[in-house]
Amino acid sequence: MTDLTSLTLAEARKGLAQKSFTSLELTDAHLSAIEAARVLNAFVLETPEQARAMARAADGKIASGEGGPLAGIPLGIKDLFATRGVRTTACSKILGNFVPTYESTVTSQLWRDGAVMLGKLNNDEFAMGSSNETSCFGPVGNPWRREGSNATLVPGGSSGGSASAVAALLCMGATATDTGGSIRQPAAFTATVGIKPTYGRCSRWGIVAFASSLDQAGPIARSVRDAAMLLRSMAGHDPKDTTSVDIAVPDYEAAIGRSVKGMKIGIPREYRLDGMPAEIEKLWSEGAAWLEAAGAELVEVSLPHTKYALPAYYIVAPAEASSNLARYDGVRYGLREQGRNIIEMYENTRAEGFGAEVKRRVMIGTYVLSAGYYDAYYLRAQKVRTLIKKDFEDCFAKGVNAILTPATPSAAFGIGEKGGADPVEMYLNDIFTVTVNMAGLPGIAVPAGKDAQGLPLGLQLIGRPFDEETLFSLGEVIEEAAGRFTPVRWW
Amino acid sequence: MSVDAATVRRIAHLARIAVGDDEVPHLQGELNAMLAFVEQLSEVNVEGVEPMTSVTPMQMKKRPDVVNDGEIADDIVANAPATEGHFFLVPKVVE
Repeated sequence: MTDLTSLTLAEARKGLAQKSFTSLELTDAHLSAIEAARVLNAFVLETPEQARAMARAADGKIASGEGGPLAGIPLGIKDLFATRGVRTTACSKILGNFVPTYESTVTSQLWRDGAVMLGKLNNDEFAMGSSNETSCFGPVGNPWRREGSNATLVPGGSSGGSASAVAALLCMGATATDTGGSIRQPAAFTATVGIKPTYGRCSRWGIVAFASSLDQAGPIARSVRDAAMLLRSMAGHDPKDTTSVDIAVPDYEAAIGRSVKGMKIGIPREYRLDGMPAEIEKLWSEGAAWLEAAGAELVEVSLPHTKYALPAYYIVAPAEASSNLARYDGVRYGLREQGRNIIEMYENTRAEGFGAEVKRRVMIGTYVLSAGYYDAYYLRAQKVRTLIKKDFEDCFAKGVNAILTPATPSAAFGIGEKGGADPVEMYLNDIFTVTVNMAGLPGIAVPAGKDAQGLPLGLQLIGRPFDEETLFSLGEVIEEAAGRFTPVRWW
Repeated sequence: MSVDAATVRRIAHLARIAVGDDEVPHLQGELNAMLAFVEQLSEVNVEGVEPMTSVTPMQMKKRPDVVNDGEIADDIVANAPATEGHFFLVPKVVE
């Protein structure tokens, strides 16, 4: 029997249906792979007993013909999703040993459809980071290394554990979240597929909040088809999230293989940055040529406010974070540090519980919302956000179906290499992805090639609101042309 | 705009994060790097532009004003660091 962990989700579904193997066998193969890959630090909690129990239950349902669309498929869950009875920390000391008494809507839908939970995945603390180095559990290793080098690279972030685990064949797919690029940037760094759906597509209920007007859940998987299968289960209206949208979830898988002939693909001139590596430029042209060869029409478009998206994001996101994270006060859950009075207790708890990046963002957010600065910073940033969204609307109004861009300005970098002196250096990672969150649009990152050092690079497709289907159709064209990329196992 | 050391201490207090004197210079540098970065927004003409309030156009959803959850006090206090019965315990607030 071939190694069960190397199957795609679609192949595993077929194998399970044909009784070539059981979910328990599939799950055990992944549990062994996780055990052998602890050096990657992708999982912060392994749940083997629960995984086997869920696998046995799935096997029973498959046998009786009642298996759901993901019956028996082992998945990893980002530690930002509340899982009933299973420790959920957002990889922050301040949540400590928090054990939710409830289940996030997105994960409950995965279990409803028969998926199996292998454990909880590492991420940047409260999803604040682009390298998975801010986690209280320590950094995650990227399964990819530079050719001829033993240096461990970051998998990107904040969904670094998700991307690393999927790329290293530790799980068949993973949940992730994206506030400024946290699904797409790690997917690009690990040669996996990641989609951030339209804002409102997936319920945010039960996901630890970072910046509520930007946060969206989505999957990371090893193929475009696998990502489509996962998103179908994750998406859908939830009365418990007032921003979740009450429209039908299409069968995303049906969009794969659909003709892209005649589609208009926008190439935004503002994404051509000064000093962009030549290989990223080349990859972008190649991607455009692949889509053109499949019958799409390329058009140059302009998104004039692109350069302001990242600075506006670094006002809006910290402002919302400072408000969301006010709940961590040492009273209702998590860590408590004593003080001489209640204010000191709050201050000591938050000083001890939050890491450096989280403190920095909470403080910036507090500042831009404080009396006298609100108009100059927060209100202005929200106006700029309106302009960023209008750029995209103007573009789509001209008949553009999707926009093609690089996913990241570079390939993966080394642990400790970036952001040490100036936090902005790290923030620039999200320069191509953050616009999409600011405008609430769907975006997919698809592996498209490698750089001179053998590291994966990805392309991003940005779609119209609620048109994830077009992204899956176009994404598969790129995937077919570029081929699949698998890291050489060193762990 | 940039912040001085006194402002860093004031923000830290507003954010309820204890900050030691030795941490202030470092935080001040980082906050000022972020503020310098967002400064470029001042060159955007936002005259007559509405600030964004909802990224997807939607009507505020309403639900009937009825009790649809509750009776889960055990769950609510399950993760609290200090409780007595169904109450959270905190240091004395009122003298």
